[in-house]
Amino acid sequence: MFDWLQHIVDWLIYSVFGLTHGSKIGDAVNFFVFDTIKIFILLGFITILMGIINSYFPIDKVRNFLTKRKWYGLDYFLASFFGTITPFCSCSSVPLFIGFVKGGIPLGVTLAFLISSPLVDAVSVAMFLGMFGWKVTIVYVVSGIVLSMISGYILGKLKLEHLLTDWVKKILENKQIANENYEEEKQTFMQRLPDIGKEALGIVKGVSIYILIGIAIGGLMHGFIPTGFFEQYITKENPFAVPIATLVGVPMYSNAAGVLPIMQVLVQKGIPIGTAIAFMMAVVGLSIPEGLLLKKVMSTKMLLIFYGVVTGCIIISGYLFNLIL
Amino acid sequence: MKKNIKVLGPGCAKCKTTYNNVLEAIKQLGIEADVTKIEDIEEMMKYNVLTTPVLMVDDVIKVKGRVADINEIKTLLTA
Repeated sequence: MFDWLQHIVDWLIYSVFGLTHGSKIGDAVNFFVFDTIKIFILLGFITILMGIINSYFPIDKVRNFLTKRKWYGLDYFLASFFGTITPFCSCSSVPLFIGFVKGGIPLGVTLAFLISSPLVDAVSVAMFLGMFGWKVTIVYVVSGIVLSMISGYILGKLKLEHLLTDWVKKILENKQIANENYEEEKQTFMQRLPDIGKEALGIVKGVSIYILIGIAIGGLMHGFIPTGFFEQYITKENPFAVPIATLVGVPMYSNAAGVLPIMQVLVQKGIPIGTAIAFMMAVVGLSIPEGLLLKKVMSTKMLLIFYGVVTGCIIISGYLFNLIL
Repeated sequence: MKKNIKVLGPGCAKCKTTYNNVLEAIKQLGIEADVTKIEDIEEMMKYNVLTTPVLMVDDVIKVKGRVADINEIKTLLTA
């Protein structure tokens, strides 16, 4: 799909700038330039696409949709699915959480949404496509949704409502059905487009610095670490690799933009892809800063159960990835 | 009439940017306004918001879930 770009970059690096083909520095620079351009093309494309979908299904509409009727379990899927197309910054997680449970959405469904939203988003989809191709991307997106559904379902079954903080319980006691006066925007597609474009540009701008740093580090590693280097340390057969990678990733806080370029190189140099994906999911899905925010609505015990269940599911999917990819 | 502006957000980078944009927009327009920053989440939930930052002008939610830039705020305030 990007052969034409590779030709242009090859020509630019090796002919125009005169770097030697096959030299360490030449390879590193080529990798950096090619990957950067490719990722930004994909990123622009997918953020706009997701922006269009999101413009027709904004978060308020999703909430009303989920509260209006009984879904008999399908709501876990819907929440996880809508989580993937809804961009949100981690500082929105508490208002979102309250807004959802206040509207009568079950706790497990709300948590499913909170898990899936950072895990699968425009940025991670674009980067997965650019770095691992469409097959791995589809597996990632599907498993991100399934993982959120299952974690949400388990957490829902555990009946954790009594472990919420007191002020949240108070809100739940006198919950009113969220005022349904959500106004559907009556704008035409063409009228929406400028805002969608602006929003997409904002997202791309926001992550661009992480991508550049990530690809730069990746480029250096690409040029200087021998292929298969990690195979001597981490193999598919090592049963502890996945849990260790996940546990190391949980406290770390970064977005897909910074992690994925480095991950791509690690995979090229011999780390099993399932292990790498488990690590990445742990980094983007769970973090200490997010946990501190959620402490406002959850008791420590509930927070630990929440993180425990999600971590467990990530570890299991890491093993599955190693089996099927 | 003096505008009443509220910025809701738990203090993340996006919320701070919105707040600073509001101050800058007011300065550029040369108008007077009451600007309040609401960082307490319990207080915030009274306004029934789902995503932050939220920009309210005269108690009406104008922008939610994203940073409003200076020009956009200026348009909102002069409308």
